[in-house]
Amino acid sequence: METTKTEVESADFENTHVEDAVEVPPSEDRVPRDHRETIGQLRVSDPRISCTDVNVYYGDKQAIYNVSLDLGKNEILAMIGPSGCGKSTFLRCLNRMNDTIDGCRVTGTINMDGLDINSKEIDVVPLRANVGMVFQKPNPFPKSIYENIAFGPRIHGLAKHKDELDEIVETSLKRAGLWNEVKDRLEQPGTGLSGGQQQRLCIARTIAVEPEVILMDEPCSALDPISTATVEDLMMELKEHYTIAIVTHSMQQAARVSQRTAYFHLGYLIEVGETGQIFRDPRHQLTEDYITGRFG
Amino acid sequence: MNTLTFAGVLLVLSAIAYHLGRRRAYTVAGGELRKLHSLPSYYGLYTAIWCGLPALVLIGFWLAFENTLVTAMVVSDLPEALRSLPSERLNLVLNDLRNLAEGNIGPESVDPAIQAAAAHYNQLLQISHWAMAVVVLSVAMILGWYALTKVKPHQRARNAVEVVIKAFLILCASVAILTTLGIVLSVLFESLRFFTSVPPMEFLFGTVWSPQTALRADQVGSSGAFGAVPLFAGTMLISAIALLVAVPIGLLSAIYLSEYAHKKVRTIAKPLLEILAGIPTVVYGFFAALTVAPFVRDLGRSMGLEVSSESALAAGVVMGIMIIPFVSSLSDDVINAVPQSLRDGAYGLGATQAETIRKVIFPAALPGIVGGILLAASRAIGETMIVVMAAGLSANLTANPLEAVTTVTVQIVTLLTGDQEFDSPKTLAAFALGLALFAVTLVLNVIALHVVRKYREQYE
Repeated sequence: METTKTEVESADFENTHVEDAVEVPPSEDRVPRDHRETIGQLRVSDPRISCTDVNVYYGDKQAIYNVSLDLGKNEILAMIGPSGCGKSTFLRCLNRMNDTIDGCRVTGTINMDGLDINSKEIDVVPLRANVGMVFQKPNPFPKSIYENIAFGPRIHGLAKHKDELDEIVETSLKRAGLWNEVKDRLEQPGTGLSGGQQQRLCIARTIAVEPEVILMDEPCSALDPISTATVEDLMMELKEHYTIAIVTHSMQQAARVSQRTAYFHLGYLIEVGETGQIFRDPRHQLTEDYITGRFG
Repeated sequence: MNTLTFAGVLLVLSAIAYHLGRRRAYTVAGGELRKLHSLPSYYGLYTAIWCGLPALVLIGFWLAFENTLVTAMVVSDLPEALRSLPSERLNLVLNDLRNLAEGNIGPESVDPAIQAAAAHYNQLLQISHWAMAVVVLSVAMILGWYALTKVKPHQRARNAVEVVIKAFLILCASVAILTTLGIVLSVLFESLRFFTSVPPMEFLFGTVWSPQTALRADQVGSSGAFGAVPLFAGTMLISAIALLVAVPIGLLSAIYLSEYAHKKVRTIAKPLLEILAGIPTVVYGFFAALTVAPFVRDLGRSMGLEVSSESALAAGVVMGIMIIPFVSSLSDDVINAVPQSLRDGAYGLGATQAETIRKVIFPAALPGIVGGILLAASRAIGETMIVVMAAGLSANLTANPLEAVTTVTVQIVTLLTGDQEFDSPKTLAAFALGLALFAVTLVLNVIALHVVRKYREQYE
């Protein structure tokens, strides 16, 4: 963690320390603080999900202003920003979880596979099966470990026989790196696992329905450092198969796992860019304030 | 001076003591309140308690024993002829005497010796009152003054006051507990008396209930049979019908209200449903007897069934409607207590709302729902009024809901209403039935509370 690199490739960013950014003298040409238009690389060449002018309102209150952003295939996109900046709200737009909140309204287009998933015609059930979500607090169902994983495949009819279901459970747990710890106690309640194991169980539960995109809303904020490291390793592996968007309060985590980072501020997407560039040389004054700890 | 004004005087004294104690605290602190162990008002309370409380206790004792003492003194001064009367006659004389003393009867109808004694009685009472006034007031003042001298900066007035307050709280709490204990014990002892005349085995397993016993030896046809099985069976039957009505309706309405209903619907519908619980059971009773029972009878007749005009079905259905709010309100609470994170988890996997409710929320809330149903069941078992009015009094041992049955509670009511001798097995049977009822509802409540508590621990 002590290595200091002056040039960083986005693919090889794990070892970079965030405090490196402090060592860069603030350049004179930062975008001023009152500028609210997103700067940086918000489009990618090969997008999995492409959002345009997304606005979110809670009743009369607007929570998100004109956010446009792409999620690239097989990339981990980190969303950072102070509490209440709208990063979780934005994340929940991507699988329509905001529908479950009374009085929440989302406008704009969110394009996935040529369909606008924000349109009323879209059925949220297959969408959510395709865009899975892992929550801040591990939320295993009060059922056995096996039943927790089997829940999704069952409701979507992914397994025709018990054997197939067993296989899905085993594969998912293996991918989540939990199989060796729980293979002998699949019938025990999922709530009896440790916090880190519970979160990996929730990730296994999500990948059991074979989504293409995984949304993670502060997945490690309730975990100890060792569990956090395990989950982060897991994310690096999952990236090979999935597109991942992660909301995090930990800038170290964003720096360790993500390829691109988006900085949100009071409902505005301020800056997007390669993670290395964001932490080393942010273009916007607000981004710099945040990552150097002057704000938030 | 009567007792009320006296208590008022004592209150005023305590108020003065409070003031003095507080002022003294300021004085001994010498303007530096931080030197005091407690806030000045605690020193005031401390003084007031010393002044008022022992005096109050003294008044209590005085009033409790005054009458006995004064009466004993009057009796010892009565003429020999009256004093040597047997104790029942003597009590009558004393009754006269007290009535005369209190001016309830005129002096003309009473023996002059008793008139003299009454005058003596009044005089003694007067003396006793004045003595009490003097003693109690001096006790209050002396102890108040004593407390005042004890007010020092390091004196722990707050702790002392808190001890008194805590004792008072314990006293209040024990009133309810001791009352319950007293009721249980009295029911228990009366039941034991009943079981000396009717063997417990016959009571618990006998199948004939006919509690008419002969009042006089020459009466015929009222031998009395105390087999409680028909009553237990009737209670079970009606409670089962009630639960069959209440559980599905209550549970489904709870699911609708907590998961599907719009916020506005919920704010109106939930209180409306709970109003059902506020309707007096006697209203439900005549609703059952005058509307539902005839309806059931006519409906049965039109289908060619023989339905008696008082039926277990009518009573059970109305009772079921009565306990719907119990089931729905408690279920609604436990369903709402299922964390939103579980719902999010299920939705996030692409579950529909119905799947989420059926496979996640309902299983998670099940223990709490079971607890609510058990509480509703114990309410149904203890319910009286509806059954009295709609299910009849005949102790049939039947499983046919179209016939009239009777329940434990109804029999208790009929056994104890009207003129009864209180030592016959007939009336004592009510206590045995009460004991059985109490045991069953207690067990149900304990199980229900246990289940509900276990459920609560799961998420906290």
